[in-house]
Amino acid sequence: MTEHSQLWEVFVRPRRGLSHTHVGSLHAPDAEVALRNARDVYTRRQEGVSIWVVPAAAITASSPDEKDSFFDPAADKVYRHPTFYEVPEGAGHL
Amino acid sequence: MYGNDFVPPDDPHGQSLLDQVADAERALNEAAASGRPDATGVDEALDYFNAVVAAEQKVEPRDWMPEAYRKTLIRQIAQHAHSEIIGMQPEGNWISRAPSLKRKAILLAKVQDEAGHGLYLYAAAETLGISRDELVEMLIDGRQKYSSIFNYPTLSWADVGAIGWLVDGAAIVNQVPLCRCSYGPYARAMIRVCKEESFHQRQGYEILYTLAHGTPEQRAMAQDAVNRWWYPSLAMFGPPDTDSTHSEQSMAWKIKRFSNDDLRQRFVDMCVQQAEVLTLDIPDPDLRFDTARQSYDFTQPDYDELMQVIKGNGPCNRQRIANRKSAHDDGAWVRAAAAAYAAKNDQRVREMERAA
Repeated sequence: MTEHSQLWEVFVRPRRGLSHTHVGSLHAPDAEVALRNARDVYTRRQEGVSIWVVPAAAITASSPDEKDSFFDPAADKVYRHPTFYEVPEGAGHL
Repeated sequence: MYGNDFVPPDDPHGQSLLDQVADAERALNEAAASGRPDATGVDEALDYFNAVVAAEQKVEPRDWMPEAYRKTLIRQIAQHAHSEIIGMQPEGNWISRAPSLKRKAILLAKVQDEAGHGLYLYAAAETLGISRDELVEMLIDGRQKYSSIFNYPTLSWADVGAIGWLVDGAAIVNQVPLCRCSYGPYARAMIRVCKEESFHQRQGYEILYTLAHGTPEQRAMAQDAVNRWWYPSLAMFGPPDTDSTHSEQSMAWKIKRFSNDDLRQRFVDMCVQQAEVLTLDIPDPDLRFDTARQSYDFTQPDYDELMQVIKGNGPCNRQRIANRKSAHDDGAWVRAAAAAYAAKNDQRVREMERAA
């Protein structure tokens, strides 16, 4: 099958107002067939109102080998979280 | 779920299977929300892997994992995927002869679900670095197995009911704990599968219930199906714990959560009351409630027969694989045509871009 078809990652929007979520992958020769296959494989019970299919080869992923170091820069910036700030008593709507 | 409401509600085994799946899904989300496992001072990849598993978090495709863990998962997920695909055959056998349009439509939907389950699982196996081609090949040339149960024939329409009630029922008991498996893609696939299997089990139960309350001939047909499928269904849980080769390590890795014998017992306890509602007999003269254990004593399936069927000597082994192989071979031109069409379209788009 790989000689005929590539791997696609499938993302489904379950309902309006929610973002597309990765649900799995499948093989298909082109985008159109991938979309139809995705409908048959991943939304047989009305699980979605919108589907994205993305060639798996087109995805660039962060490497798990770096473990947490890749995300470390975020660790020492606690001031990005609202809880960092002390709210003076009596100040409303913050 | 039919009938297992008689267990006290605080006993997790007394919950309906769907509730147990929902619990597993909740646990998955909660574990994900609990943050990363504490990896301070953990430098070794293996220690990190162990910390993730110990924290009930999921191992994901690109994480480092022990080679044996990867191999065990590939073997198990592949066998599971193959079972779904081969499992389409015994039931598909009755699509053209279903007794009504309604039953036919339901059975079609069910067999289509089995194909879907196979595909979720193949996709999960592929995240471990094995290709779909290799998986298909290993099924066809016998290097990988599928559940021995699908090597038994479906002789009557009632068999479709017995498969739904007993075979899918046993599969669910086996699979609900897999929703908590430590490998993320497998756990997520199993949650989907289990939710859908619940429909399968109920449709089978309904077929048997209808037959059991029909004419004497229909009733006899239902009983005959249960007689033939009972022991092979018990054998689906695998060899007894004393002979099970893969169990201990799989438990440590949290791939497997309960032993074969524990799951088999759980299944028997569930079925007895369901059989009473059906007014059908479980073909075991030694079936008896043990008040001390709060469980049923039962006759073990014939494990020599199980081994024979696994080795390829069941009633339908050769036919199942031959069908699978010819379906794959006969589909070759469709795959080739789709690929040619895709290539042609690609070229057309490129030419249009050049012209523009």
